[in-house]
Amino acid sequence: MQLPDPEQLIERLAGLIRADLREDTCLVGIHTGGVWVARRLHALLGLRTPLGSVHVAFYRDDYKKKGLSAGVRPSDLSFDVDDAHIILVDDVLYTGRTIRAAMNEIFDFGRPTSIRLAALVDRGERQLPICPQYVGAQLSVPRDRLVQLRSDAASGRLSLELVEREEGT
Amino acid sequence: MTGNPQLTPEGRLRHLLSIEGLPAHILMQILDTASSFVSVTDREVKKVPLLRGRSIFNLFFEPSTRTRTTFEIAAKRLSADVINLNIATSSQTKGETLLDTVANLGAMNADMFVVRHGQSGAAHLIARHVGPHIHVVNAGDGRHAHPTQALLDMFTIRHYKGEFNRLRVAIVGDLLHSRVARSEIHALTTLGVPEVRVIGPRTLIPAQVERLGVRVFHDMSEGLREVDVVMMLRLQNERMDGALLPSAQEYFKYYGLTAEKLALAKPDAIVMHPGPMNRGIEIESAVADGAQSVILPQVTFGIAVRMAVMSMLAGNQG
Repeated sequence: MQLPDPEQLIERLAGLIRADLREDTCLVGIHTGGVWVARRLHALLGLRTPLGSVHVAFYRDDYKKKGLSAGVRPSDLSFDVDDAHIILVDDVLYTGRTIRAAMNEIFDFGRPTSIRLAALVDRGERQLPICPQYVGAQLSVPRDRLVQLRSDAASGRLSLELVEREEGT
Repeated sequence: MTGNPQLTPEGRLRHLLSIEGLPAHILMQILDTASSFVSVTDREVKKVPLLRGRSIFNLFFEPSTRTRTTFEIAAKRLSADVINLNIATSSQTKGETLLDTVANLGAMNADMFVVRHGQSGAAHLIARHVGPHIHVVNAGDGRHAHPTQALLDMFTIRHYKGEFNRLRVAIVGDLLHSRVARSEIHALTTLGVPEVRVIGPRTLIPAQVERLGVRVFHDMSEGLREVDVVMMLRLQNERMDGALLPSAQEYFKYYGLTAEKLALAKPDAIVMHPGPMNRGIEIESAVADGAQSVILPQVTFGIAVRMAVMSMLAGNQG
C-alpha cells in the first residue's frame, strides 16, 4: 500500500489552517508525532505564539489495562490557556481516545475559547464523537496494521509507515 | 512468589520495598516519570486523574510528618482517595497484629499500602501477604530501607548535577542507624556514581560497609575534599541504644557540617539533608540555609517522585 508523503501533507494542512488563522492562534502538538507536525506548521504559518506540546500519558483511558508508559515527557503549554484559540495537532487520528485525553489535559491548564483539531492523516474508525477540522489525507488501513509517523534522525525528514499491530495496542 | 518480590513476572515494578535489587533502568524510569510530574504543580488544576477511584492507605506505625504528608499530597495529586492511619505499635505479637491489620484493610478494598514501620522487613512481610491487586510502598522500615527518600535524593542530584557517572558523593553522619543511607548507597552505586564516600565516627559506621562499594573516612576534612554532593544524615537520637557518642557538642565539632568544612568540597557542591534537621548538631544553620543548600527543593521533588512511584506501581498488576 502506497502511503502519502507527510511533507506534502503538512503543506496541505498549512494551507487549510491558514484560512482560519488568527493572530493569537496557538498550536499544540501531541507527543511524539503530533509535535513534529505542529513544529513544521508553526514555522510554515509564521506563528508568533509559543508552540505547545502535550504528552497525554497521565490522562489515557487505558492506564488500568496497560500501566504507565515508560517514556513520559512533561507537557508544555507556556501560554495562557484561558480564553485561548487552540489548534490541536496529531499525526494519525484513529479512535479519538488520544484526542479526548489531550483535551482533558488542556482543560487542567485553563478554559480555552476554542479547540480545533488538525490531523496529518485520518484513518477513520472513531470510537468517540470527535471530528477533525483539518485533515492532510484520509487513509483506509487494515485493522491489524498501525500507521506510524517516523522522523529520520539525521535529516529530520518525516515518513509514514505501516507496521503490524503488537498484541494489546 | 519467585524472584524479586518487587517486580512482576514481566520485570515491571509492582511494589517498592528497597532500592537493592532494582535495575538502573527502573530507577531512571522513576526519575524520568517524576520530571513530568514536577510541572503538574504549576497548572490551574494541580492533579492528574491517573488514580481516580483508587484507595491508598498510609500505614504509619512510627511517627512521621514530612514523609506521610508528602505521600498524602502525592496520592491526592494523582486523584486517589487517601486514608491515613497512625497505628501505635504494640511491643508483643507484632507480626501477627501487623498482618491482621493488613488483612482487615485489604477487606476494605485498599489498592495500595504506604508503610512506615520500626521493624526492618515490615513492608516485605506485608507485600508477601497481600492480594495480587494490592501494591506496597516502603516508607521506611527500621534500619533497613527508605527507598523513596533515596529516589528523591537521586532526583535532586540529577536536577543540579546532571549525569551520575562523573560525580563524587559523600554521605556524612550516623550510618549505623540510617535506613536512608543504606538506600542512598544502593541507589548511587546502581546509577553509576563512581565514588561514594561515607564519613562518620567508627561507632556509627557499620562494619564491612566497604562491601557496598563505598570508601570510608573518619576524618571529615579528608572525606569532603573535592566532592560534588554532600548528603548529611540526621543524628538518630531515638535509635541510640547505647553510649555511641560522647556528646552532641563533640559530634558537631568533628562531624557537623560548617561553612569552613564545606569549603573543602567543590565550590559548586550541593548540600542535602533528608530532614528533620538537628541544627547545631549535624549541620550549622548558616550552611542549612546557605546558597549551596538544596534541602527545601528535596522536599518539593519528593512529591513528584512519590507520584511517579505510586502511578507506576498501580498500573502494573502482579
